[in-house]
Amino acid sequence: MNIHEYQAKAMYRQYGIPVPKGFPVFSAEEAEAKAKELIAETGSETVVVKAQIHAGGRGKAGGVKVVKGARAAKEVAQDLIGKTLVTHQTGPQGKLVQRLLVEQGLDIARELYLALVVDRETRRVAIMASTEGGVDIEEVAANSPEKIVKVFVDPAVGLQGYQVRGLAFALGLEKPAQKSFAKLLGQLSKLFVAEDCSIAEINPLIVTGSGDVLALDAKVNFDENAAFRHPAWEELRDLSEEAATETEAKEANLSFIQLDGNIGCLVNGAGLAMATMDIIKHYGGDPANFLDVGGGATEEAVKKAFTIILKSEAVKGIFVNIFGGIMKCDVIAKGVVGAARDLGLDVPLVVRLEGTNVDEGKEILGNSGLAITAASSMADGARKIVDAVKG
Amino acid sequence: MAILVNKDTRLMVQGITGSTGAFHSGQMLEYGTQLVAGVTPGKGGSQFQDSVPVFDTVIDAVEKTRANATCIFVPPPFAADAILEAVDAGVALIVAITEGIPVADMVKVRRVLDSQSTSRLIGPNCPGVITPEQCKIGIMPGHIHKPGKIGVVSKSGTLTYEAVGQLSALGIGQSTCVGIGGDPVHGTDFVDVLELFQEDPETDGVILIGEIGGNAEELAAEYIKREFKKPVAGFIAGVTAPPGKRMGHAGAIISGGKGTAAEKIAHLEAAGVKMAPTPSDMGTTLQSLL
Repeated sequence: MNIHEYQAKAMYRQYGIPVPKGFPVFSAEEAEAKAKELIAETGSETVVVKAQIHAGGRGKAGGVKVVKGARAAKEVAQDLIGKTLVTHQTGPQGKLVQRLLVEQGLDIARELYLALVVDRETRRVAIMASTEGGVDIEEVAANSPEKIVKVFVDPAVGLQGYQVRGLAFALGLEKPAQKSFAKLLGQLSKLFVAEDCSIAEINPLIVTGSGDVLALDAKVNFDENAAFRHPAWEELRDLSEEAATETEAKEANLSFIQLDGNIGCLVNGAGLAMATMDIIKHYGGDPANFLDVGGGATEEAVKKAFTIILKSEAVKGIFVNIFGGIMKCDVIAKGVVGAARDLGLDVPLVVRLEGTNVDEGKEILGNSGLAITAASSMADGARKIVDAVKG
Repeated sequence: MAILVNKDTRLMVQGITGSTGAFHSGQMLEYGTQLVAGVTPGKGGSQFQDSVPVFDTVIDAVEKTRANATCIFVPPPFAADAILEAVDAGVALIVAITEGIPVADMVKVRRVLDSQSTSRLIGPNCPGVITPEQCKIGIMPGHIHKPGKIGVVSKSGTLTYEAVGQLSALGIGQSTCVGIGGDPVHGTDFVDVLELFQEDPETDGVILIGEIGGNAEELAAEYIKREFKKPVAGFIAGVTAPPGKRMGHAGAIISGGKGTAAEKIAHLEAAGVKMAPTPSDMGTTLQSLL
């Protein structure tokens, strides 16, 4: 789960991690008022207005503006709110800007990079630091990987002093900054574990002219599996940042991801659902979605799945691919027939059923009087739906 | 022989009185698995289906029934604790079916597992392990399996069923099928299972099913190239998966351009694994190697 920069910074503040003074705002007027407040407090006319969207690369896309004075802050805010930002992480459709962060401008001497992630290979929290801050870290990783220093935290003992010192030296920090960095990293490491993060990234981590170390940017992603012990996350969720159909699917316990093609897929199991997309592509078609109805789906869930698939006007055909294990084929068949009847299905439907109670399932489909094409295997089904959609 | 489980495996189920645990315990009993104990804290002294004693703690169950394997259906908030309880009691094989355990919990569990050599964890978020007609631990449909000499190891549940269904339809039986699960931090990996298949005289060949995310398939390819002597057919799901999106499994994600299907397929092919062109061809691809 993703949250906004201003929310991440509020969390950082709670943990005593230094961040610039700033306020989230939702209108140009509010931006002006908060900019005034900041200028009065800091004595500096420099204010930064940052678009709040769930994607990186905002600076390059024109989503971050440094201005002088409250009036200028209002003007750029007016321009940013309601604008669609296209960055290398948003996809071509971009993301609508609805919130801004108005911050104090700072005197930046150095821009560094610092991030914590769970490393799958070592099965530990990895801390990555680099002197190359403020740029796309994936480019640094590709072009000069030696500039990224990593340490791994043993969960039995936690982050150790020698590891923090090693990173501070690698970043070339001076004496006073070393101490601030050590404190910041210690707190960030605590935050990462306590808040069940999957990523906590600061890019750039800055050293100011006076030697202070601050998180100029802040990114936090949560591990959704841990949502049960963080009820506060619900308030941080920005539903406008998530595809409406994906949210609706999640509420129905379905795993759904929208894709660009025109063949809707309804499958049980994540691996089989991915493989179904692959086999459609293999036979020259394009999947419209990934949809896993799960192991114990009911008639209702199947119906809900159909409703979600059919919300997309791009869908020109549906392929149901079920390997019934615990899930019984007759239950799926009933769900499919019920959904096709109720929703007045007007696109070709190919169904492949295999596994428990497969004969009963096929009988239900056959006797339904609906135009359902039966398939004998995944390959057979994929070919049939691809042909049907091509007409 | 087979690997991991056989007719002598003595199973306990942690979370036996929950609805999922009870249903699958019934299915395992029906399949012929020696289900000797159940564990649900607070329900000790009762009986499951009037035949299986239920205990309050894993150590009690081990001491009273000599159980040497456990199947965990405990919900995510308590699952890591359940795994650690089994490790502490020295249970040799721990199969965790539970989906949705926080990664931070699994990082700790893995740290404990790596510091001992008595217990082995399969999963979590996996269908389990089956040696056909001997022992079924998990949630896979037993009836699609057929005893034989092909091993199956997979990150995905339903794709395993797909592969097994294809093999059985071709008249090719299985020695043992192992679902290792699709979580980013888990127990047993492809290489561990391949090592067991290598040593098993009753396994003649292997189907390996991977998916996008992580580098377990690449490590498997390295191992196969270096020392695995038996024929391997492979399939990787997610050629069409968009980057940055979690495809159902917590670990199935292409991040920072890493973990793509194309990369994994290239590594496995270079190691001599014959890749099935589509998921419908897993069985026939393996057959062509025999």
